[in-house]
Amino acid sequence: MAHPAPAPVAEAHAPQAFIWRYVFSKDHKVIGIQYYLTAMVMALIAGLLAMLIRLQIAWPEKSWPALTRLLPTGFTDGVMNPEFYAMLFTMHGTIMVFFVLSTAPVSGFGNLLIPLQAGARDMAFPFLNGLSYWTFLVGCVVILTSFFVGAGAAAAGWTSYPPLSALKGTVPGSQTGQTFWIVGMVFFIASFTMGGLNFATTILNLRTKGLSMMRMPLTMWSMLLVAVLGLLSFPALTAASLMLIFDRHFGTSFFLPAGLAVSGAALVGPDGSPLHQGGTPLLWQHLFWFLGHPEVYILMLPALGFTSDIIATFCRKPIFGYRTMVGALLAIATLSFVVWGHHMFVSGMSPYLAMAFAVFTMLIAVPSAVKVFNWLATLWRSRIRYTTAMLWALGVVSLFISGGLSGIFLGQSAVDIHLTDTYFVVAHFHLIMAGAALFGVFGATAYWFPKMFGRMMNETLGKLHFWLTFVAYYSTFFPMHYIGVSGHMRRLYDPYQYEFLKGFQPINQFITISAFVLGTSQLVFFVNFFWSAFRGKKASENPWDANGLEWTTPSPPPHGNWPGPIPEVHRWPYDYSVPEAPADHVLQTDPAPIGERAH
Amino acid sequence: MPAELLQKTAPGLSGPRDPEGQDRPPGGDGPSPDQFLDSPARFGLWAFMGTVTMLFVGFTSAYLVRRASADWQPLAPPSLLWLNTAVLLSSSVLLERARGQLRRWAPGDALRWLAAAGLLGLLFLAGQVAAWRQLAAQGIFLASNPHSSFFYLLSGVHAAHLVGGLGWFASAAFRLRRLALTPGEDGLGLLATYWHFLAAVWIYLLFLLFVV
Repeated sequence: MAHPAPAPVAEAHAPQAFIWRYVFSKDHKVIGIQYYLTAMVMALIAGLLAMLIRLQIAWPEKSWPALTRLLPTGFTDGVMNPEFYAMLFTMHGTIMVFFVLSTAPVSGFGNLLIPLQAGARDMAFPFLNGLSYWTFLVGCVVILTSFFVGAGAAAAGWTSYPPLSALKGTVPGSQTGQTFWIVGMVFFIASFTMGGLNFATTILNLRTKGLSMMRMPLTMWSMLLVAVLGLLSFPALTAASLMLIFDRHFGTSFFLPAGLAVSGAALVGPDGSPLHQGGTPLLWQHLFWFLGHPEVYILMLPALGFTSDIIATFCRKPIFGYRTMVGALLAIATLSFVVWGHHMFVSGMSPYLAMAFAVFTMLIAVPSAVKVFNWLATLWRSRIRYTTAMLWALGVVSLFISGGLSGIFLGQSAVDIHLTDTYFVVAHFHLIMAGAALFGVFGATAYWFPKMFGRMMNETLGKLHFWLTFVAYYSTFFPMHYIGVSGHMRRLYDPYQYEFLKGFQPINQFITISAFVLGTSQLVFFVNFFWSAFRGKKASENPWDANGLEWTTPSPPPHGNWPGPIPEVHRWPYDYSVPEAPADHVLQTDPAPIGERAH
Repeated sequence: MPAELLQKTAPGLSGPRDPEGQDRPPGGDGPSPDQFLDSPARFGLWAFMGTVTMLFVGFTSAYLVRRASADWQPLAPPSLLWLNTAVLLSSSVLLERARGQLRRWAPGDALRWLAAAGLLGLLFLAGQVAAWRQLAAQGIFLASNPHSSFFYLLSGVHAAHLVGGLGWFASAAFRLRRLALTPGEDGLGLLATYWHFLAAVWIYLLFLLFVV
């Protein structure tokens, strides 16, 4: 590689035209914000889908004439069509998991923070970074367009199990909609791969002088592991998606066995021989979940990183057990590759294999407990500053515990066989995966908002938003444990067609009302976000008195991140309340030998 | 292809770097400045090859599972494949020659060897298409049986990665022609790494499809 040419002042290199500076930008901060805002739009859409799902579960017998006018394909005479319901939960899951909760924390905050925390001018491959955003956007457009093609969007669940997803006649959404689903996912994976290459390379190659691995903020550690998880697990879904396309369009039989019938008609050729034979739908499940389980940690790990950094800052204490925190992240990431089978306990597997998957799954409880212990030990006897960001971080800890505990039930094959596909599972993953990731994103937004827009978010609105969301979130998802254990299955268009579920309608109505409160509460966030971005109080360089490198440059940071030379690092970012230090925090760039010990 | 983009974008690094070169990978108490981590482009390429490897690992597991089905009919490899394999390996050898010429700063010779290696790469692709036609002429199509499905799919995915590599050849040749390289620099090193990797993947696929 050519030796780097001297760059006089980085800002002078910034593109000046609006379109190159803010639209087709190669600046990691702009790209991060682009990702964030796009994820916000996707969240709004997926959230509305969830509201429709809840409406149907609470009052399946009611008629909503206004919705028929609004969504003529989804409703007939004010009553939701069952196929539309299947489409709703499929697309809610797909958009939330991939296009919101993988995107906002990883692609959004990862892009914004990695070079700032690493002490780099930009990502390692800025062009690739810009390309990754635009590839992602194409994926979003394809996924959203799928609502309007043919008979509607995909309806085979976010896991797209064949044969439902592989045969065109099964449900209306398995026609063009499912094809669009696959194509949209391929764009998403391509974009995420480009991002992952950038993340890993930047963190491993471009750290500033003095920033050793064990001096990195835990957010950076989580981003590194997320990048590795993405690079190693997503290809399994790429392979599976290619085979699914071939099964759907080119007549192969990777996933399709013989003897299939759609709407009572056997799938046979003109000569009476089956169109497909020998394929195994289980193969898709294995490949999907080989991605799927690391994927849920792709959502989770950034939230755990943000939480550690935010808690340390607002407890004014070093994070407790930094090395064990890093070890726990590594252990969780590694174990995530050997537990995918716990999603398939009822799909049929050898009980011995199931036992192995169950044991590995239980093992994840160990590093998870280490993390919780360390957070609590950091909080212990500290003078906590209850900022909005801190509240969200505490919310993550709360959800991580309550959602994690139900994971212990589900991880055991014997218990899971009863609980599979019930609302207990829905409660579990909404608390731990969706909830913790979402709360993590809100916390990170409140905390790093100055580095996004150079202004502070409004604390009063922020706290209002937190409490509304916290209470509504638990009210929505906690009762689902109860109805789940009682045998209430998920994905039911009309639960009350079953006699034993009729008694659950009042609980379902309570859940639905809570969900509506939860959805409406997000308006507070949108108002706060956009008002603060334009009219909020101007932020200083280091408004939280934190230690990381991102707090040593103006808010918002200029193109090239530091107006002068890149700072050097002399310590870890957690030197708070060092007894002999003049202030209660010591910046990572402070060369003084105070408070230095072996980290 | 991401691989060529990596190479194209890597020089962009020189833009935002600071005058004192302070944002170079640190020494001292930072990570050790070894050769591997010193070059973001090289690391990025290895990470990319890691993700491509996982793609073929995914296909391999699918292949091994699917092969256990009762409807599996083993496919005889089209005879052209052996010739194609020889062509691809020769292309790798010629690329190494070009790389050596460039290191000795004989850009004209390097360009000629590079062009020859690239043409052999194209020839390999043409040969693969001919092998598909050979099979099709025998009445063995994509959906004929699971083994043929996997053969078309895996050789196709491999070929797609090779097409990306040929794009990289073109850009490297362009840079060589304009002499946009520093004497003594291993300007074709990354391309050679990727190209040999694809040759190794092809040997592996042959082994998986017709030997295992």
